[in-house]
Amino acid sequence: MNLVAKATILDAAETARVLRRMAGEIVEAQRGVEGLIIVGIRSRGVPMAEAICTEIERLEGKRPPMGTLDITLYRDDLSLIAPKPVVRESHLPEDIEGKVLVLCDDVLYTGRTARAALDALVDFGRPRAIRLAVLVDRGWRELPIHADFVGRKVPTRANEVIKVSFEAIDGETSVQILERQAEG
Amino acid sequence: MSRLLVRGGRVIDPSQGLDGRRDLLLEDGRVARLEAAIDARDGDRVIDAAGRVVTPGLIDIHVHLREPGQEAKETVASGAAAAVAGGFTAVACMANTSPVNDSRLVTELVLGAARAAGLARVHPVGAISMGLEGEQLAPFGQLVAAGCVAVSDDGRPVMSAELMRRALEFARHFRIPVVQHAQDLDLSGEGVMHEGVASACCGLPGIPGAAEDVMVARDLILTEDSGGRYHVAHISTARALGLVREAKARGLNVTCEVTPHHLLLDDRAVTASGFDANFKMQPPLRGESDVAALVAGLVDGTVDAIASDHAPHTRDEKALEFQAAPFGIVGLETALPLCLDRLVAAGILPLARLVELMSTGPARVLGLPGGTLAIGAPADVTVIDLERELDVVAARFRSKARNTPFEGWKLRGCAVATIVGGRLVYERD
Amino acid sequence: MTEPAWTRKDLLGIGELSVAEIELILNTAESFAEVAERPVKKVPTLRGKTVVNLFFEPSTRTRVSFEIAAQRLSADVVNFTSAGSSQVKGETLADTAKNIASMAPDFVVVRHAHAGVPAMLARQLECGVVNAGDGAHEHPTQALLDATTIRLHKGRIAGLTVAMVGDIMHSRVVRSNILLLTRLGARVRVAGPRTMVPRGIETLGVEVHHELEPALAGADVVMMLRLQLERQSRTLLPSLSEYSRLFGLDAERMRLAKPDAIVLHPGPMNRGVEITSEVADGSQSVILEQVGQGVAVRMAALYLLAGTREARS
Repeated sequence: MNLVAKATILDAAETARVLRRMAGEIVEAQRGVEGLIIVGIRSRGVPMAEAICTEIERLEGKRPPMGTLDITLYRDDLSLIAPKPVVRESHLPEDIEGKVLVLCDDVLYTGRTARAALDALVDFGRPRAIRLAVLVDRGWRELPIHADFVGRKVPTRANEVIKVSFEAIDGETSVQILERQAEG
Repeated sequence: MSRLLVRGGRVIDPSQGLDGRRDLLLEDGRVARLEAAIDARDGDRVIDAAGRVVTPGLIDIHVHLREPGQEAKETVASGAAAAVAGGFTAVACMANTSPVNDSRLVTELVLGAARAAGLARVHPVGAISMGLEGEQLAPFGQLVAAGCVAVSDDGRPVMSAELMRRALEFARHFRIPVVQHAQDLDLSGEGVMHEGVASACCGLPGIPGAAEDVMVARDLILTEDSGGRYHVAHISTARALGLVREAKARGLNVTCEVTPHHLLLDDRAVTASGFDANFKMQPPLRGESDVAALVAGLVDGTVDAIASDHAPHTRDEKALEFQAAPFGIVGLETALPLCLDRLVAAGILPLARLVELMSTGPARVLGLPGGTLAIGAPADVTVIDLERELDVVAARFRSKARNTPFEGWKLRGCAVATIVGGRLVYERD
Repeated sequence: MTEPAWTRKDLLGIGELSVAEIELILNTAESFAEVAERPVKKVPTLRGKTVVNLFFEPSTRTRVSFEIAAQRLSADVVNFTSAGSSQVKGETLADTAKNIASMAPDFVVVRHAHAGVPAMLARQLECGVVNAGDGAHEHPTQALLDATTIRLHKGRIAGLTVAMVGDIMHSRVVRSNILLLTRLGARVRVAGPRTMVPRGIETLGVEVHHELEPALAGADVVMMLRLQLERQSRTLLPSLSEYSRLFGLDAERMRLAKPDAIVLHPGPMNRGVEITSEVADGSQSVILEQVGQGVAVRMAALYLLAGTREARS
């Protein structure tokens, strides 16, 4: 299977602007930083969460606590283990009881990752509310899940792939749309 | 009268120092003529042996036919069928049946079953001790009169030095050898494989080479003192072989045999097989240096015979975990092809020497009539095709048992016709 | 970022594992250790899967450790303990295998007094097989938990000097540990009475000692082995006190090792025989941590094998 780049949806500067806007929406909805915890879903939800924390700090003068979540153990498809078996630790900065958690993930697609993340968070305690922030919503949901904060809605076809890159992991920041092509 | 002419083959008869193209005429169960060219008469059965090797019938002096008592593993008939398919015209079968061959009745039962089968000659070996219990001597005279050619408690070593001494002394009356399964049971203990690097690394309990060595050393002293005739069954260590070599040089009446598996496999095969019980036998597959010493013993004449120690077991018994499975593997149908391919074709052993080790030599060890194509000898002949390819597939064995470590081996050279008493009893199609 | 893939259906021994595979298990186990610290010590990964603990030899500790590991992954656990070997009951191992297969488990964790039994079962069973100790052959999860414990304290395995002391001949723990530690670059010494150290063990790349002191000198890790009292025939050892005098670890002998050396023991301990209580309960002892690591390692093993199993079906 070949992946061919089709178009760049966001470059680094545009991504930064989108995240800044999302940070603003989050503090507006929660009325500030108090009781807020930003949680990045591994892998690319983590740099996204970091960027949002930084933007919130700029807006409010106070950085919200940040956690990371590995949802591998909560996936409903074990066949995903074999090709990428490494499990990383999950870490939450403080007791989540009564807090508002904002889950950050790069792409919202079938909704299964978000579902797994909800299961995982429940095992850590009982937050007051859990919100979902995604950089790209590409449609094709398989579960009744929707995002509270969306960076960009991108209608896609089934043979297309959204590739999100962050400088911390990939060396550059961008959002691209790729197309799967059958082997020639 | 029945005549069988084996024509055009390369005749190798170590008893006469012969290796050349000859025609061989068998008449009334005896070798009648062995000449450059013999014309066939009307009514003669003719076997075309052109391009083949013709040898005195091969003799395996160490097999277990399991009858009476363990017919699920093998019977005299199925064992004899396996023998002729492997090129053997005669076998000597051990006494560890149930009941033990410690009386005329059991000897006669075995001989009767062999006659009924009408394939290979079967020479029973009687027990040294009653019930193989290592206490009371078996009635050697009665056993020999009934047809036994030697005595052995094989499967169980004679641990008592006193009993061994008396057996060697008493056997002299009947001019038969005492055949020892040389293994000190205290030293071998719970062992299931050779004690060496492989056992140290895999953690299976080991059987030290010393278990064999001390037994052979003890028995050689007793042989010297008693003036008896001693034969070491399935010798497996370099040191035991060295002791036999020295004893022969001192003029003791000592012989020994070695099995194909001890010549071709070492202890690493056990671990490589993933603890397959088809690699479990007594004595165990030894170390690399032991294997080299045994091969050298074939070449230099220390070893008198190659014997298979054909030890059939049922599939269920061998399906047990390695430590629980019984010792022993079958060998009648693989012995000759293994030796032809891995020793002769490999350039380690001259063909004439292999024939000696599998016919003339074993006949001499047990004082049997065969092992020669001299005029008047029994008409027991094996015809070998050195080019014939053979895949070892246990499922195709004539033996009832399938317990071989050589499954899947591709070999070149095997018996294509086996003649016993002038009758063609096996022909490979 | 390329992660080493895991493709095994069974975990039968350290002998068959590559360095990358060993490290993958160790890294995965480290992540699983975090689960034990959560308020809810359970993840749904193996929900609906069945683990059969098939123990032909009594071992409460290992069995319970596997049981907790499986339960933390939400698997169902069935314990099947049989005192004797299958042969005692007149049932062949093949029969046992067929019986297990008909119950359609996802994993069989097997402990047996005979070497090679887990491998035999693995050949006959479609489900995953984990070796929980076979004869004196291997005990892979024990070696893996020892390694995670060592890494936790020393931050590495490579370059460390590890001394293993006791009955080397009859110990599956030693064999698995030798294979694992030498593969990861540790310098391994074994020490024990001559009657309990098999000749040829040095071919596995270890230094062999027949005295305790030089084996301990400068060691980073000291691993004491359980003297299996029931297994010792009279000819291997005259008495326990004779053994203790020559190879027992006390505080004074422990001073020969590096000041920051740690002490491991696979348990259960014979206090006063191979190790004094002063050392076993002392500040250098990490014996109880090993037990906790055991659960994480076994979770990691089941998790990785589950991935292979799912990918195949």
